[in-house]
Amino acid sequence: MIQITIDGKNINARKGDNLVDVALANGVYIPTLCYMKGEPCLGTCRVCSVKVGGTVAAACTVPVSHGMEVVVNEPEITDMRKALVESLFAEGNHNCPSCEKSGRCDLQAVGYEVEMMVSRFEYRFTPRVRDYGSEKILLERDRCIFCQRCVEFVRDEETGKKIFSISRRGANSRIEINEELANKMTEEQVARAVDLCPVGTIVEKKIGFNDPIGKRKFDIKSIRDRALEGAMK
Amino acid sequence: MSNHSLKNVDPADNVMFSHDLPKTPVDAEFLATQEGKIKVSMIALVGCWGCTLSFLDMDERIFTLLDKVTILRSSLTDIKRIPERCVVGFVEGGVASEENIETLEHYRENCDILISVGACAVWGGVPSMRNMLPLSECLDEAYIHSITAVPGVIPIIPNHPDLTKVTTKVYPCHEVVKMDYFIPGCPPDGDAIYKVLDDLVNGRPVDLPTSMNRYD
Repeated sequence: MIQITIDGKNINARKGDNLVDVALANGVYIPTLCYMKGEPCLGTCRVCSVKVGGTVAAACTVPVSHGMEVVVNEPEITDMRKALVESLFAEGNHNCPSCEKSGRCDLQAVGYEVEMMVSRFEYRFTPRVRDYGSEKILLERDRCIFCQRCVEFVRDEETGKKIFSISRRGANSRIEINEELANKMTEEQVARAVDLCPVGTIVEKKIGFNDPIGKRKFDIKSIRDRALEGAMK
Repeated sequence: MSNHSLKNVDPADNVMFSHDLPKTPVDAEFLATQEGKIKVSMIALVGCWGCTLSFLDMDERIFTLLDKVTILRSSLTDIKRIPERCVVGFVEGGVASEENIETLEHYRENCDILISVGACAVWGGVPSMRNMLPLSECLDEAYIHSITAVPGVIPIIPNHPDLTKVTTKVYPCHEVVKMDYFIPGCPPDGDAIYKVLDDLVNGRPVDLPTSMNRYD
């Protein structure tokens, strides 16, 4: 066992464990969008940024080591995390009132957790073309935050080939779907892909606003409570 | 198109903004009872008035506030403009025309605290979905190739000088003037509006808790 401090509190942990998991196990919620417990770290969204030894780092990329001093809840770093979430809302076209994923969207739920009311950045309203091509999945590119969960964790079961990919670069980046492989996905696999997409980009066709307001995933329990509960199991 | 300027309107042009609509006389006796109360006004720019209906969802709690608050210009009263300086101004809807800009600037100049209420005011909302298209395409769809066009009538895009000019994009209110507070939601719950107003009326720092903050 090693000792670290989070917000000045002494914590025992196993060397090399992921900082997000260690914090959660000790009741400290760090918001995440690309990180999935048990899966390799992607480090793409940076929403879990904290201070480690005075330097800002994405917590999901940090294996804990003895003597590490971590700051999670201090005004400068909480505001920085809020700014990151706000920039995601400004960059895409996140029209929550008309989104099928509303109420079960990680980005929206994290927005609530960082107490976002409005983005401090100018909304870009970039035109993006939707992809209706595959039989079971609608690809709503407006909402993609390029976390790459689908790219890394959704594969064709026979060949292991990637079904989702990212084409182009920088501001022109766009999420792509391999129609042929996507059409071979089982219902369970489609449901998992929809569930792991932290926004409303991967949407299952013919299933939309199936849960009424008040009974949706994050209406029932916040993303913070879900994360903390999961860590204590 | 005319070079009609909204900034320097000649009275002879007979142009009128919504905040300049004729003042409805208010009973003097009633007005006297409102002296010293916190003056609140509401205006809708480009929205659906759903946020105003949410204001009504405060239900009977409005009455508890009325000891301290008086509502001036709003869709609930019959006062068409801000007759005097207000403490709180609620703004629903985004900015989509020159008249909206004028109205919003007028509110900023005449309200101590200005609050964006609802998705349209906060980030443009549904009306801002036209921002992804050129304005000419939107006007074409609405007036020239509209499915509801009257058969046999030559379609035109209305361009009378008295019509306000539509802005190229729809803007959130805070991109036009400084807004002090934001209440997201489409529309926000009456509870959220009540919480903000109650905080302001009672001199507490405005605090909209996570449990009342929602974007849809």
